[in-house]
Amino acid sequence: MYYILYFAKFNQGGYLYIMINIIWFLILASGIIVGILTGNGEGITKAMVMSTESTVELIIKLIGMMCLWCGVMKIAEKSGLTEKIANILRPILNIIFKKEGKDSKAMGAIVMNLTANMMGISNAATPFGIKAIEEMNKLNPKKDTATDDMALFLVLNAACIQFVPTTVISIRAASGSKNPGMIIIPAIIATGTAAIVGVIVSKILSRFF
Amino acid sequence: MIKLVHEYLIRAIIPLIIVAIITYGIFKGIKVYECFIEGAKEGLKICLKIFPYLLAMLLAVSVLRESKILDGFINIMKPISQIIGLPSEILPLVLIKPLSGSGALGVFTDILNKYGADTYTGIVASIIMGSTETIFYTLTVYYGAVNIKKIRHTLWAAIFADITAIIMAVISARVMFN
Repeated sequence: MYYILYFAKFNQGGYLYIMINIIWFLILASGIIVGILTGNGEGITKAMVMSTESTVELIIKLIGMMCLWCGVMKIAEKSGLTEKIANILRPILNIIFKKEGKDSKAMGAIVMNLTANMMGISNAATPFGIKAIEEMNKLNPKKDTATDDMALFLVLNAACIQFVPTTVISIRAASGSKNPGMIIIPAIIATGTAAIVGVIVSKILSRFF
Repeated sequence: MIKLVHEYLIRAIIPLIIVAIITYGIFKGIKVYECFIEGAKEGLKICLKIFPYLLAMLLAVSVLRESKILDGFINIMKPISQIIGLPSEILPLVLIKPLSGSGALGVFTDILNKYGADTYTGIVASIIMGSTETIFYTLTVYYGAVNIKKIRHTLWAAIFADITAIIMAVISARVMFN
């Protein structure tokens, strides 16, 4: 884990890109080589051509639903629904965070980051998240070590409820689902439980690390 | 009561969310139509942006499937995934999701195309896709931004949360199918 972050120091997320390069290479190369060796070269060729065609088909079906959702979510964003959610979140977060997170600058960024995640605007979430971590690190006595509150913040990010999982619903619709939205409530329950478990586990684990 | 919830809430959840948001918007004095158009333009950009990622991943996965490696892998992993009742076809998604969002998108789409969106497998995959995060990516970017090297218990707690989400996805899909 140290090395992942060591790489990240020089190039944000750089190590991760190397990792996904290796994974993609292994998937594609092993598939092609095994396919040819088992005498199924023709099948592999066909699969490749078909997959490019079906991706185009999928993206065309996807465009409509994605535009619909992004349009609706823009209205939610502009009408101040985002601030409403932030106001509900703040008192809850004030109970969970104990030290650096309580600082008003850090708390503001944490609230905005989690709210953006909930609304599914991940482009907006990342800058707030980095800001939150920076503010917390200013109050951190050991600059190269994560504090309890930082760990908590990242766990909440990993298990953040998304009210409308836009992409999932759009892809379900494009794949011919009769009810693309039926997974919204189960997904909220699953992430909600994960968030609670995550907070409890990181509170317990923080004593041992 | 349950029937009522099912008939009017679950089946109509997408139109319900939409009508709630646009009504709220119009009462707040928002130019809803113009706002919608503005957002829809962003949706178009997102689709263009994800297309190459999706193509790369669907290409790789379809070759892997054609070469029978994927089926072999799924069969080998079956006993492990059955412990928590997870359909083993979903394992590739579970493994790639913490690492790469676009990779997961490709695998997820492949699962829906192969097994159907409204089947048990399709539903579990959808819930997992909608409830888990790209942990390693988030961790790298955020801690990397402030040079933190000793991450202590962060990864373990995040993985714990991820596994909880997966188990809950399986449980709630079971409830929906009964």
